[in-house]
Amino acid sequence: MNAAAATVVPFDHRQSAHCESGVISSLLRHNGLDISEPMAFGISAALGYAYLPFLKFGGLPLFAYRMPPGWIIRGLTKRLGVRMHMQTFRRPEDGTRALDAHLAAGRAVGIQTSAYWLSYFPPDMRFHFNAHNLVVYGKRDDQYLISDPVIDILVECEASALQKARFTRGVLAPKGLLYYPGPVPAKPDLRPAVRKGILFTTGMMVHVPVPIIGTRGIRLVAGKIRKLDPRQEAHNKLLLGHIVRMQEEIGTGGAGFRFLYASFLQEAAALLDKPRLAALADRLTEVGDEWRRFALHAAKMCKGRMDMDYKMLADQLLHCAAEEDTIYRELRAEVK
Amino acid sequence: MKKTEVPQQNAKAFMGHSKLLYAVDEQGRYAPAPCNGWEAEEIVLDQAIAEYVRLASDAWQRARTGAGSTLEYHMFKQRMDVVLLAQSTGFFKWRVRRDLKPGAFARLSASRRERYGDALGQTPAQLDTLPDQA
Repeated sequence: MNAAAATVVPFDHRQSAHCESGVISSLLRHNGLDISEPMAFGISAALGYAYLPFLKFGGLPLFAYRMPPGWIIRGLTKRLGVRMHMQTFRRPEDGTRALDAHLAAGRAVGIQTSAYWLSYFPPDMRFHFNAHNLVVYGKRDDQYLISDPVIDILVECEASALQKARFTRGVLAPKGLLYYPGPVPAKPDLRPAVRKGILFTTGMMVHVPVPIIGTRGIRLVAGKIRKLDPRQEAHNKLLLGHIVRMQEEIGTGGAGFRFLYASFLQEAAALLDKPRLAALADRLTEVGDEWRRFALHAAKMCKGRMDMDYKMLADQLLHCAAEEDTIYRELRAEVK
Repeated sequence: MKKTEVPQQNAKAFMGHSKLLYAVDEQGRYAPAPCNGWEAEEIVLDQAIAEYVRLASDAWQRARTGAGSTLEYHMFKQRMDVVLLAQSTGFFKWRVRRDLKPGAFARLSASRRERYGDALGQTPAQLDTLPDQA
C-alpha cells in the first residue's frame, strides 16, 4: 500500500476582494462560523489611510488605504475570541513538511506568500509583495491545490514555486507563515465586536494627531499633488499612477476599500438595529464614487487622454477627506 | 457604485479572470460584483510594467556594451530595484550597488552569486547570460 497521490480537504471557495479578509472569512466559515468578508474587514478595523514617505516602493512612497498586513487576522480573531494557531519556519523544507502534515491531517490552512512567485498569477499581475494570503486545501502529486481568495477559480501551484513564494526574504518576509483557527464559536455575539471595530477605525481616521494618517493624511497628499512641479511631468505621472494602483489594483474591492467598508456598515446597521449606519453607508458609497472618479481622471491624465490638472485632482481628494471626516465623526457618535 | 456601473472592460492583464468589487444593487443593498477590467486600472498597470521594461532594456543595452553587468539586467527583468534586491538577499544596498558594476560582478564569490540567483529565481550560471533581446 502506498500513500495516496492526492490529499484533498473539501473546501468551499468563495472569491473575495481582498486576500487577508478573504482568507480569514473562508477559514472561519470552513470551521463553522459563517462570516462575510466585509464583516471580517470591519470588525478587525482594517480601513485606514496613511501616507508613508519613508517606505519606498520602486522609489515611490507608500500610500495605504488600510492597516498593515496581519491586522485583519489578528484583529478579527482577538475580537471574536478565536485562537489562531500560527507557525513560522526557519528552513523552507520544514515549512513544506509541516504544510503536508496539516493537509494529511485533513486541515486546510492559510499561508502567507510573495505574490511574485505564484505560478498561477497572470504574469502582468505579479509584483514583489510579500504579504499575499491564500488557503491550501490539498496536494495532488507535485501540485498544491489552492483557494486563492482574489482569484475567481480554484488554482494549483507546483511545490517548488510555492516553497519559494513562502520563503522570500525582505520587508514583510512571510517566513513560511501558516495558520489555522482553533475552536470556533458557531454563533458568537458580533455586536460588541462590531462596535469596537467602528470605534477604532473612526478614531484612527479622525482623532490621531499625526499629519500623515487618516483624513489628515488625505489632505496632506492633496496638498502634495497640488504642489507637484509641472516641469517634472514624467515623474509626476509615475507618482499618480502609483497612487491609483495602491487604491484600486491591489485587491481593495474598489475605491481603496471604501465600498467594502460601506458594505460592512450596511450589515452593521441591521445587526445593531441602527438605521443611521445604513444612511452613513450610502454616504460612504458616494465618497467611494468620488475616489473612483479621482482614479479615472488621474489615470487618463497619465495616459494623455485628459489635460494634466493637479489642482482638480487635489480638490477631489480634499472633497473625499472632508466628506469622510464628517462620516466618521457621525459614525463614532452613533455607536459610542 | 451601482452594480450596473461596474466596469467590464476585459483587461488583457487579467487573462480572462475577473476580480471582485463591492457594489449596490437596485435596492441599494451591497453585494459582491465581479469586474473583468477597468480602463483606469489598465492604464496605471501598463504604465508600471512599461517602467520595468524600460529599466530592463536600458540595462540590457549597458550589459551588451560592457558598461553594465548582466546582474543589473536580471534585477530589472525580475521587477526589482536596488532596494528590493538588497532586501531579498540580505546584503547592504551599497554592496548591491557595487556588485552591479561589471568589474565587481565578475569577481563575485560563488556564495554571493548563489544568493543573488536565489533572490532572482535564476541559477548562478544564468546570471551571466543575456538574452538576444531585452
